[in-house]
Amino acid sequence: MPWLRSAAGTAWVLAATSTLSAQQTITVRAAGPVATIAGALRQAGDGDRIVITAGTWALDSPLVVAHRVDIEGEGMPVLRGRGNHELLRITANGVRIRGLAFQNVRTSYIDDLAAVRFIEVDGCAVEDSRFEGTFFGIYLQKAKGCRITGNHFVGGGRSESGSGNAIHLWNSTRTLIADNEITQHRDGIYLEFARHVDVVGNISEANFRYGLHFMFSDSCNYRGNRFRSNGAGIAVMYSKQVDMTGNRFEDNWGAGAYGLLLKDITDGRLEDNRFAGNSTALFLEGSSRLLVRGNAFDRNGWAIKLMANTEGNRFEDNTFSGNSFDVATNSRSNASVFDANYWDHYQGYDLDRDGYGDVPYSPVRLFSLVVQQNEPALILLRSFMVDLLEVAERVMPVLTPATLVDQRPRFTVPK
Amino acid sequence: MSAARKVLGYSLSNLLRNWWVLGYGLLFLFLTDALFRFGGGGPRVAASLMNVVLIVIPLVSVVFGTLYFSNSREFIELLLAQPVSRPALFTGLYFGLALPLAAAFAIGVALPAAAHGGAGLMRPVATLVAAGVLLTFVFTSVAFLAGVHFEDRAKGLGFALLVWFCCAVLYDGLILLVATMFRDYPLEPALLALTVLNPVDLARVLLLLTLDAAALMGYTGAVFGRFFGSALGIAAAAAALLMWTAVPFLLGLRGFNRKDF
Repeated sequence: MPWLRSAAGTAWVLAATSTLSAQQTITVRAAGPVATIAGALRQAGDGDRIVITAGTWALDSPLVVAHRVDIEGEGMPVLRGRGNHELLRITANGVRIRGLAFQNVRTSYIDDLAAVRFIEVDGCAVEDSRFEGTFFGIYLQKAKGCRITGNHFVGGGRSESGSGNAIHLWNSTRTLIADNEITQHRDGIYLEFARHVDVVGNISEANFRYGLHFMFSDSCNYRGNRFRSNGAGIAVMYSKQVDMTGNRFEDNWGAGAYGLLLKDITDGRLEDNRFAGNSTALFLEGSSRLLVRGNAFDRNGWAIKLMANTEGNRFEDNTFSGNSFDVATNSRSNASVFDANYWDHYQGYDLDRDGYGDVPYSPVRLFSLVVQQNEPALILLRSFMVDLLEVAERVMPVLTPATLVDQRPRFTVPK
Repeated sequence: MSAARKVLGYSLSNLLRNWWVLGYGLLFLFLTDALFRFGGGGPRVAASLMNVVLIVIPLVSVVFGTLYFSNSREFIELLLAQPVSRPALFTGLYFGLALPLAAAFAIGVALPAAAHGGAGLMRPVATLVAAGVLLTFVFTSVAFLAGVHFEDRAKGLGFALLVWFCCAVLYDGLILLVATMFRDYPLEPALLALTVLNPVDLARVLLLLTLDAAALMGYTGAVFGRFFGSALGIAAAAAALLMWTAVPFLLGLRGFNRKDF
């Protein structure tokens, strides 16, 4: 009966706080009876609470948390490592960490050193904490039922290879990642072999590679996140049933940067997202049976790049405005459906006034095919001669995919 | 050069009494204003105006310039009977036409842009106005060259239109042909050189770099962006446009000096 032992051992705490809770609170204070975090962890049993007071707590080696405790910071105490080791390694279920600042975990090219690592736990939480100059921030290894919310990550790396991921999930399930702010890491949020993960309301910007990176992570969803100016945008790969709604993908610039790159994604859903100012907003390769609905594509270089190995996708009620190219593809055949989108380049008319244009719209321009095969020709963009060729191609399509058309282009922006 | 300034003054007042230039300015004024009202945000207005600038300005400058020069024939003959040097007369006439045309365009675009404002508008509109003004100067001097060399107004107009057509349409076909035929080679430097040689393309690329920056983030765009962002690129672009203004102007002046009226 561990709770009996712990209650007996801390009778004076109970008396002092006059509560009947079995929970013991251990306060770590430089001058106090418990002067180190390691000491507090040695004393604590399951269900106890450790409060760390403000100040900088230097660590020489990783602290191992082997009991179910709540670790809370008072006035954002700083846990500072010497650099070449992790800070917290948690092996107990149900550990909760709150209001701590973690600093100084140096880059290692051999180990994925993380500020906080959870190993095979069931239930954990990291809340309202700060991670500054930590190689990996939070690393979940075979964990389930965790909550990572309201944290702030500023990676210290300078390059893609020399920095780690802010939130890294490996083989973990049922996790909530919400309201975190992440910058200057390799990948902001990285999921590998994760299931049932919710990524909600995070801001991930100016990371060296991806703002969010999914690999082999089925049945996950992300909503209301904001991804800006990441080195290569967002990549979702080899996953099924991924739900993406209400996110913003902005200003991801470069030849290899994508607002959202989908590779081998099936049965996913993309709704009400906003893509603005990306070189390529949405890139689909080997992806099938996706529903892409109600998204806004604004001022991108290419709004959608649809590779020939995609099939059965539906694009509905999306808004395309101010993009240099609406849709580009690398094949004359097409196995996806475009229906009832709004295209600002549409030049048809609506005689019956049902809100849909009477002439179908083909969003693939001849010139985008030319550029696809011969990139330097891009410099002829907006040339009068190219516009003339477009008109000829539109009248009699010879090169552009004849089946990639929107039969009912909207006349007004869908609400 | 006070004679040139005097001629400039005369031809300015002549043009201001002429409704054409005023109409030309009003066209841009209403067009820009309408685009702002119905076309949405600032960068998109600039994108719509871009085609107008690249096609209409060279066309109007070259056609109006040729007609203006041949219409001024009696005025020129009258002045040549006075103690006025030929270079002064030619220079005065040239700026007397190019300045009002450029000003009509610049004011026509700048006024609505200033009235409607909008963030991120300064740079596209400034580039647009600069490109339009430079194209006006280039194609007015082409027009004067045509006016001097062709006695017959229809022939002069034909020559002027041919130059416009080559610059605005045919040349891009040539670039596309080169790009397709030599696709296996690193083409960017060659395309860069070809672009700099044609004033319309040069203006178009300068505008693209401000308007379609996102699409141009690939290798080609990076090559062009870096070149035109460098001191060398700016110097080359300026030199090319200056050359396109100066060479037809000087050729026209030479012909004007030798011409037996």
